[in-house]
Amino acid sequence: MVLALEQVGVAFGGFRALTEVSLAIPPGQVTGLIGPNGAGKTTCVNTLSGFQRPGSGRVLLDGADISALPAHRMRRAGIARTFQAGRLFGGLDVLDNLACTGVGLGQRRAEAEHAAQDLLDWMGIAALASRPAAGLPYTDERRVAIARALMGAPRFLLLDEPAAGMSEHEAADLAALIRRIAGERGIGCLLIEHNVGLVLSVCAQVVVLDGGRVIETGDRAAILASRPVREAYFGADQAEAA
Amino acid sequence: MSLQLLFDALSLGGIYAIAALGIALIFGVMQLVNFAHGQFIACAVFALILPSSQAVAELGLGRLPTPLLIPVILGFGAALALLAEAAVFRPLRNAAPVALMVASFALGVALQNLLLVIYGSRPKAVSLWAGLGHPVQIGGAQVPLLQLLVIGAVALILAGLALMLKHSRIGLEMRAAAQDFGMARLLGVRANRVISGAFALSGALAAVVALVMVAQTGVADVRMGGQIMLIAFIATVLGGMGSLAGAVAAGFAIGAASALLQMALPAEARPFRDAFLYGLVILVLLFRPQGLFAPAGAKPRV
Repeated sequence: MVLALEQVGVAFGGFRALTEVSLAIPPGQVTGLIGPNGAGKTTCVNTLSGFQRPGSGRVLLDGADISALPAHRMRRAGIARTFQAGRLFGGLDVLDNLACTGVGLGQRRAEAEHAAQDLLDWMGIAALASRPAAGLPYTDERRVAIARALMGAPRFLLLDEPAAGMSEHEAADLAALIRRIAGERGIGCLLIEHNVGLVLSVCAQVVVLDGGRVIETGDRAAILASRPVREAYFGADQAEAA
Repeated sequence: MSLQLLFDALSLGGIYAIAALGIALIFGVMQLVNFAHGQFIACAVFALILPSSQAVAELGLGRLPTPLLIPVILGFGAALALLAEAAVFRPLRNAAPVALMVASFALGVALQNLLLVIYGSRPKAVSLWAGLGHPVQIGGAQVPLLQLLVIGAVALILAGLALMLKHSRIGLEMRAAAQDFGMARLLGVRANRVISGAFALSGALAAVVALVMVAQTGVADVRMGGQIMLIAFIATVLGGMGSLAGAVAAGFAIGAASALLQMALPAEARPFRDAFLYGLVILVLLFRPQGLFAPAGAKPRV
């Protein structure tokens, strides 16, 4: 069970957002995706989740080409994602936000509510169940968005900058949660983050994008030792000096 | 006297609320103000009678026994709305909101002209449920039985709808779709089902309004759809577009204001009641342009 991009290219008009990008997300572990602003990280997530059709190359799920599936079919196939903006249903309470997803995935209402309650329990946020989503504090909103993405037991979870705007402490809590999602639920996670420290602390493998190309793939040590990565992040001169 | 006013306000407001709900339901799931809604109501009215050029209409479907008539007319309204959705709005699903709105106007005009062709332009007397005009003594007030039934029916419909939205599967899907249709779709909520459901409900509510209007006024008039549509549209704006509870509350508020003005205005000013009413609406909108009960989702987040 692997979710992968194979030689994927995406262009917007004349701008090449992704060029020959290949990466693989194995089950049960967290794969990191980092890169400077505009490197193509969100385009990668969009392509992996059916929001963006690849211009060339393929999106593969267990070896099958799923490039042409629309987003809701990808979700049914087991690929869930979160959004930078959260995008909860503000007027619905937290439980209904989750239950609605279960229902959308084909569960009966009671079934969906039961699953939603279990999930909130598992994440330790059962107390939020009857709160309207619109009034949630930022970190809770993020956790509810992750809980919603976990409805229907997806096999892959794509997290688009889940720690943006969080304190060190909050980010550490989030890291623990992501480890549990991969470890206890066997879900293959892709973590996109600006917080490189968080990514290196959680991820078994890290993919580094720059200018729409993969410039490095490897474990923590390999990324830290990589010269192209240092150049991308600090510019050639500083990398020279380091 | 004041009890009488209360019953007037509740029965009038209840009808406005049901008509406004029909518009708010569809606006909620597809950002479409369905200006054909008034003509759905008119079509349901005319479905009761047989085509003729006579001043007194002969009942057609209206002849059915009441326990059969109500579901048949509600079903007719729902079917008409579903047909309109499939034939007009579904092909335009991805068009700009303005295109949808213009299409709804066009559909309304087409339906009105269809009625004119079949039934002629002359208003017709219809005697449906004639026995319900009998007054009933409640407290010190003389209340027509029909008014009590209308109030009861509106209460039942609102309670049923609230329960459905809160507890049923399609209700949950509709509420989510009304908040963020794109997101709901991504999560797998079936857009066609939700939109069809909203149209069917809206059409059935139009039929309820039609039955009550015919029973109250005893007239079938091609123009009656436009008048109720105007008030219902104002109620949805006043309630905050897309807020179902807001549409209901504003419908009742307009009904109450109408009944109050009718009583409070001096006799010479009464023919201009609606001018006072709409003046009030403008005043309210000046202070709350987003409506009285704008849904949380409508506020942009910072």
